[in-house]
Amino acid sequence: MSEYIIKNGHVFDPVQGIKGDKKDIAVKDGKIVEKVSSSAKVIDAKDKTVMAGALEVHAHVAGPKVNAGRWYRPEDKHFDSHKKPGITRIEGGKSIPTVFKTGYEYARMGFTFAMEAAMPPLYARHVHEEIHDTPIIDEAALPVLGNNWFIMEYLKNNEVENTAAYISWLMRQTKGYGVKVVNPGGTEAWAWGLNCLTIHDPVPYFDITPAEIMTGLMTANEYLGLPHSMHVHQNDLGNPGNYKTTIETLQLAEGVKPKNTFGREQVMHSTHLQFHSYKGTNWGDFESAAKEVMDYVNKQKNITIDTGNVTLDETTTMTADGPFEHHLHGLNHLKWFNVDVELETAAGVVPYIYDPNISVCAKQWCIGLEIALMAKDPMRCFITTDHPNAGPFTRYPRVYSWLMSKKVRDERLNTFKNADKVIGATYLANIDREITLYELAQMTRAGPAKCLGLMKDYGGLKAGMNADIAIYDINPDKFPSDGPAIEKAFGNAAYLFKDGRICVEGGKVVDMGQKKTFWVDAKVPENKQVMHDVREKFLRYYSVNENNYPVPESYAPHQHIITVDATKA
Amino acid sequence: METVTLTVKQVPDLYLECENVNPDAFAGKTAEQIAKMGAYQGKEISTLGEFFTIAGNAGATAADTKIVINGDCTKMKYIGAKMTAGEVVVNSACDMYTGSWMKGGKLTVNGDVHSFCALAMAGGEFTINGNAGNYLGAAYRGDWRGMSGGVLRVKGNAGSDVASFMTGGTMIIDGDVDIHLGTHMEGGKIILKGNANRRVGGQLVKGEIYVFGKINVMMPGYKPSGEVDLEVDGTKATFIDYTGDLGERHPKRKGATVYGHLFMKK
Ligand SMILES: [Zn+2]
Ligand SMILES: [Zn+2]
Repeated sequence: MSEYIIKNGHVFDPVQGIKGDKKDIAVKDGKIVEKVSSSAKVIDAKDKTVMAGALEVHAHVAGPKVNAGRWYRPEDKHFDSHKKPGITRIEGGKSIPTVFKTGYEYARMGFTFAMEAAMPPLYARHVHEEIHDTPIIDEAALPVLGNNWFIMEYLKNNEVENTAAYISWLMRQTKGYGVKVVNPGGTEAWAWGLNCLTIHDPVPYFDITPAEIMTGLMTANEYLGLPHSMHVHQNDLGNPGNYKTTIETLQLAEGVKPKNTFGREQVMHSTHLQFHSYKGTNWGDFESAAKEVMDYVNKQKNITIDTGNVTLDETTTMTADGPFEHHLHGLNHLKWFNVDVELETAAGVVPYIYDPNISVCAKQWCIGLEIALMAKDPMRCFITTDHPNAGPFTRYPRVYSWLMSKKVRDERLNTFKNADKVIGATYLANIDREITLYELAQMTRAGPAKCLGLMKDYGGLKAGMNADIAIYDINPDKFPSDGPAIEKAFGNAAYLFKDGRICVEGGKVVDMGQKKTFWVDAKVPENKQVMHDVREKFLRYYSVNENNYPVPESYAPHQHIITVDATKA
Repeated sequence: METVTLTVKQVPDLYLECENVNPDAFAGKTAEQIAKMGAYQGKEISTLGEFFTIAGNAGATAADTKIVINGDCTKMKYIGAKMTAGEVVVNSACDMYTGSWMKGGKLTVNGDVHSFCALAMAGGEFTINGNAGNYLGAAYRGDWRGMSGGVLRVKGNAGSDVASFMTGGTMIIDGDVDIHLGTHMEGGKIILKGNANRRVGGQLVKGEIYVFGKINVMMPGYKPSGEVDLEVDGTKATFIDYTGDLGERHPKRKGATVYGHLFMKK
């Protein structure tokens, strides 16, 4: 493999505490090394910014509900789907891009990893087929477990070991990465025509509460010592007044201790917090609760969050929170897709337009930015758009421009149709903070890598780490002052190295890389009870045979398996 | 107003995507510059100059530009699509998407148009001196935003699914239409001088449909609510006023439910 030396760039690396100093980065055989031979190819990074490849902590980019969005929204890809010159295929879709476009766009923005945030276990094969077809970036997927019948039955009886053994079995079957929870209990309740809007609403039949499900799953997660923590989409998403439930949910982490060998310090990752930080009693008196929520997040060290920034675009919402999508369809009357996934979960899809002329949307935009700007520890707050729910991930450069320039975001804020009303209901106008390049590297590189248990190899530029490197046309001494210039720089990486190979050059994809699928193999003591229960559930309830359930090796031919040994736990 | 005349010199093997053939794209360009503009045929991009002889320069703005197209355009898509001003006259039949997403100006096709024309038309005048295919003035596949403004006239017949998801504007069809006229309509006005097949105004929320001829089979969600004397596109006549579609949701205004109307000429 070839050697490279990236010379004279301004390096931002939270792993080594480097804050824009000029430093050469050497690359050999896919790794960052101390030094290379004189025959190494020189990359001139003068007046440029050098960071590790970015890691997406939460996006919906592969699998059945993403594809449902693609096929029921042909209008999302009608324009701009011509073949571009070069090695890339046709790139279709804005909010629900094709797998090819997904890989290219992440790479062009300097990303090297993306977490598919919700894999229905029964349809794991479909998720892996799409992951395999997504070029360049490494990916993993989180199986959804918060409404799973096994989990609810075991946790009802406080059977943590059985819960852990089931999770271990399921992750192996689905090639999953960790424990995802979506509207715990609520999605199952909806199959009974109900929902769980607080964490104390019992799930019908199972007679367990969301609080018990989440506490149990955190305990099982730490029993196994998985690289990632429980990753939760909370109850009561998107409703005015939900911030109290949000804080109550976050408090469940108090007293739970992280236990793992990956350097992960949180026991709960609470996703798309923007959707959960609402005050008021209805859409008329709807206000930001970002301050209340972030005051709690800032002091509680064993939780991490991501923002879920609204980008003010037409997009496609999709979630395993079935009741929420039905509710949204009732609000906007746009087409509604729904599916129930047998014993496991559900999903809904509804298009949505975040219209800047509607003050609710403008307030949501403010709240997402406030969450990032109020975060005291950028290593625990990550930037997402919950793609595509609050907006397409391709808008990250624009979100960065709002976060990094008060001028750019105030221009947007002050030109909303109902600017006074929006400013009166939010905190954003009074926030002066501008996220620095170093903080951006924490929020998009080192932070998510640590949260996902990948900090040993990813998210930094230290010798020995994987050579995933993004170089941007940004001179930190002359940081661009206008929004479009910031967007252009972050949207078109000057270079992207993936595993030591140049995959993007001058904003263009030049190499498809060698993407890998990450999953976690957690070993537990043999558990006859759980295996008996699995057999019984397949015989009695599932529509597929147990032998047709696992994801075969051929679906993920380039695996990166992280093993965990919980046999001595 | 300056006139650019395009004459077809080569009929494409596949279909030519003429997204650049409209006054907005031509504005400020010379004939030579227009000849160099791109046009896709399948996944290959070529130039307008390869398919057309181009005479005359465009005006400085779209409003100052008139385009006249002669020759066989039956394999040309997107002519006049997205135009906002100026004028286009096509002396041929055209393929899909002609005049789609049009916002202003005047577009005349002296021939037939294929399906998916005038999709989501938002303004201007579009006259088809021939027949139109399916999905005329409808929303793009999957979309919920059909024709929202402007005036669209068809001298001949139109196909099925005409004016699906229409929200505004006026559509006048002198001939007949097939099934599904004005499905999911939420505003606007359709004047059908000829006959309709079945399912007129299915799931219509708001808007008006005038039918001069017969409807083969009436939707069950329409209720007659009296007779009215009206002047419709220059014709004075008595119409039976049906309200509907009663099977669909309807908005409320000042406490009263707003229904759509289907007027049948007596
Ligand atoms: Zn979610
Ligand atoms: Zn999500």
